[in-house]
Amino acid sequence: MLSIKNLHVSVGDKPILKGINLEIKPGEIHAIMGPNGSGKSTLSHILSGKSGYTVTEGSATYQGKDLLEMPPEIRAREGVFLAFQYPVEIPGVSNVYLLKAALNSIRKHHGQSEVDAMDFLTLVKGKVRLLEMDEKFLYRAVNEGFSGGEKKRNEILQMAILEPKLCILDETDSGLDIDALKIVSEGVNSLRSPDRSFVMVTHYQRLLDYIKPDFVHVLANGQIVKSGGAELALELEEKGYSWLEDAEASA
Amino acid sequence: MSASTQEINNLINQEYKQGFVTELETNTFLPGLDESVIHKLSKIKNEPEFMLEYRLKAFRHWQTMKSPEWAFVKFDPIDYQSISYYSAPKRKEDGPKSLDEIDPQILEAYKKLGIPLDEQERLAGVAVDAVFDSVSVATTFKGKLKDAGVIFCPISEALRDHPELIKEYLGSVVPITDNYFAALNAAVFTDGSFVYIPKGVRCPMELSTYFRINAANTGQFERTLIIADEGSHVSYLEGCTAPMRDENQLHAAVVELVAMKDAVIKYSTVQNWYPGDKNGLGGIYNFVTKRADCRGANSKVSWTQVETGSAITWKYPSCVLTGDNSVGEFYSVALTNNYQQADTGTKMIHIGKNTRSTIVSKGISAGKAQNTYRGLVKVLKSAENARNYTQCDSLLVGDQCGAHTFPYIEVKQPSAQVEHEATTSKISEDQLFFCQQRGLSAEDAVSMIVNGFCKEVFKELPMEFAVEAQALLGLSLEGSVG
Ligand SMILES: Nc1ncnc2c1ncn2[C@@H]1O[C@H](COP(=O)(O)OP(=O)(O)OP(=O)(O)O)[C@@H](O)[C@H]1O
Ligand SMILES: [Mg+2]
Repeated sequence: MLSIKNLHVSVGDKPILKGINLEIKPGEIHAIMGPNGSGKSTLSHILSGKSGYTVTEGSATYQGKDLLEMPPEIRAREGVFLAFQYPVEIPGVSNVYLLKAALNSIRKHHGQSEVDAMDFLTLVKGKVRLLEMDEKFLYRAVNEGFSGGEKKRNEILQMAILEPKLCILDETDSGLDIDALKIVSEGVNSLRSPDRSFVMVTHYQRLLDYIKPDFVHVLANGQIVKSGGAELALELEEKGYSWLEDAEASA
Repeated sequence: MSASTQEINNLINQEYKQGFVTELETNTFLPGLDESVIHKLSKIKNEPEFMLEYRLKAFRHWQTMKSPEWAFVKFDPIDYQSISYYSAPKRKEDGPKSLDEIDPQILEAYKKLGIPLDEQERLAGVAVDAVFDSVSVATTFKGKLKDAGVIFCPISEALRDHPELIKEYLGSVVPITDNYFAALNAAVFTDGSFVYIPKGVRCPMELSTYFRINAANTGQFERTLIIADEGSHVSYLEGCTAPMRDENQLHAAVVELVAMKDAVIKYSTVQNWYPGDKNGLGGIYNFVTKRADCRGANSKVSWTQVETGSAITWKYPSCVLTGDNSVGEFYSVALTNNYQQADTGTKMIHIGKNTRSTIVSKGISAGKAQNTYRGLVKVLKSAENARNYTQCDSLLVGDQCGAHTFPYIEVKQPSAQVEHEATTSKISEDQLFFCQQRGLSAEDAVSMIVNGFCKEVFKELPMEFAVEAQALLGLSLEGSVG
């Protein structure tokens, strides 16, 4: 699905990612943890096509294609989805309007006709129920006046409707209360399938109790300093990151 | 990569879709303006004597005036002697009695603009007056309106058929001395629409006028007068387009509305005159005076405008709230791109008791355009308990354009409440990237964000126009992101 090789990324003259290697196969869940400022969001952004970053070395291949060459909307239409750490507000544009425009642009890309209005409503309402949201959110402006947790839940609603292939969740769990975390996790779990992969950026073991990752990677100072199975997250919870950074520094 | 600020500035390759020219035989005056031209104009239009006098008085006054310089717009002085003041398609008789007599070329032109005039294809529920250069070429559904007692005809026809109404109301809202362009218009106006809704009548359909400038080197001086008698209702729409030309052309219109006791007038404009090319060459100078007098108690006038065209727009649709409890509203979207300039807004003059006004202005600037809101809220001593609410929002697309807000507030009555809110925002790169990450192209994203920004105004437009207005905004912004 996704193959990242020796990826180096800078902002201006400042190197942020310093040689990332990551292989993600269809159906896998990879958790990425690591201290603040280590480059997790940068990795999410570079994969989804945000401007302002320079790739100085390395490559990222998605479904056999050069991901870094594709414009962001093409990546989205090809199935790359980013649930934002800080979702933006779009005043005056209703959630349901955005969802429909997004779904139709993806369908068009795949040579499908526009979604039928009734089918669309049925689909959307089903997902709203799955995520235990109030239908009123559909008709409110995108994220405008939403609480932090509501915004995060709204990201997952979009993901559930657009059914991407590669889902990148940047700290979706931060800001969610305990019940919401459970609901959102169930939503994510319902989307698990053998041909869909997840990259979950998180600071907390708690999320991984609900969504069990196949791999856990620790990103520190722009590099993956340690990879392991789900048990690595437990170890991190206990010991923090310093032992890894120290190990790296002395390596 | 997603659109960066730099790319947002890489502007326009949009084609102005209405930029075609119709080849016609015309009857056109030689350029130039003096009293003999006014005599000739009045004669060719077969006007009653009082009109000629009205025009001459206006012309003499205009000659004593100076072109206004207070607006936030820049243009070279206009040479009024180089403009032709009358241009009309040639016709056999005194004017077509039925559509069969209209030049098929003209019918074709309107068809291309999406305004079919022939019987079978007419817009259902909308009566259209089609003004082509200096004359009205067709008015649809006249019969049906007549049955309801509604008069909807070219103003030149009203001058001949309803002189008593013209005498009473023409210039009663915008006097000839009002301003430079209004005086010029009073002297040389050629056509426009006239509407009279009798007492207690709810106009059975939307009325609309479609203005088309076709001839080169002519000015269009449109004059519209709408009178809503006691307890009547009317909704009126106007649309405007012109060919693409390298020269600037002048459109100096005057619109007067009179609302009597309990009457309601809703006036909507979708203005899409040729805006000039991407280097600022050509385009229409849209210098317009629009004013409503809410003369009777409980009357209401609501102006809704979507201004996307013209090289320069200078207009302030206003309400004089004379009657007690009368209501004035102004909803505006003004979009400027490339080198377009707009200085637009409104005046709400509160005279009667308990008068209320609402102003919602949405200005969008892209490219190197300048967009100015200028509004006056004036509450006279007599206007006890007057209320005004003003909301004035500006949206910038890119970083080479400008938005300016000049609110003037004069309150002489202590019980009045006047509220003003203003915001300026930019389409952020984060918003664009978010939309792109959901699969939308940068252009669709900008168009969606701008439409969202304008939502409060669009919901005031009649259905038929709301769709057109949204599409127009999308078109006018085409090429505004890389
Ligand atoms: N546009 C930018 N300009 C300058 N520095 C930047 C920019 N974007 C990111 N950085 C820097 O790159 C580093 C990595 O940032 P990033 O947001 O990827 O961290 P993160 O791992 O997601 O952190 P957090 O856990 O706090 O979300 C930080 O030091 C940050 O300040
Ligand atoms: Mg982050």
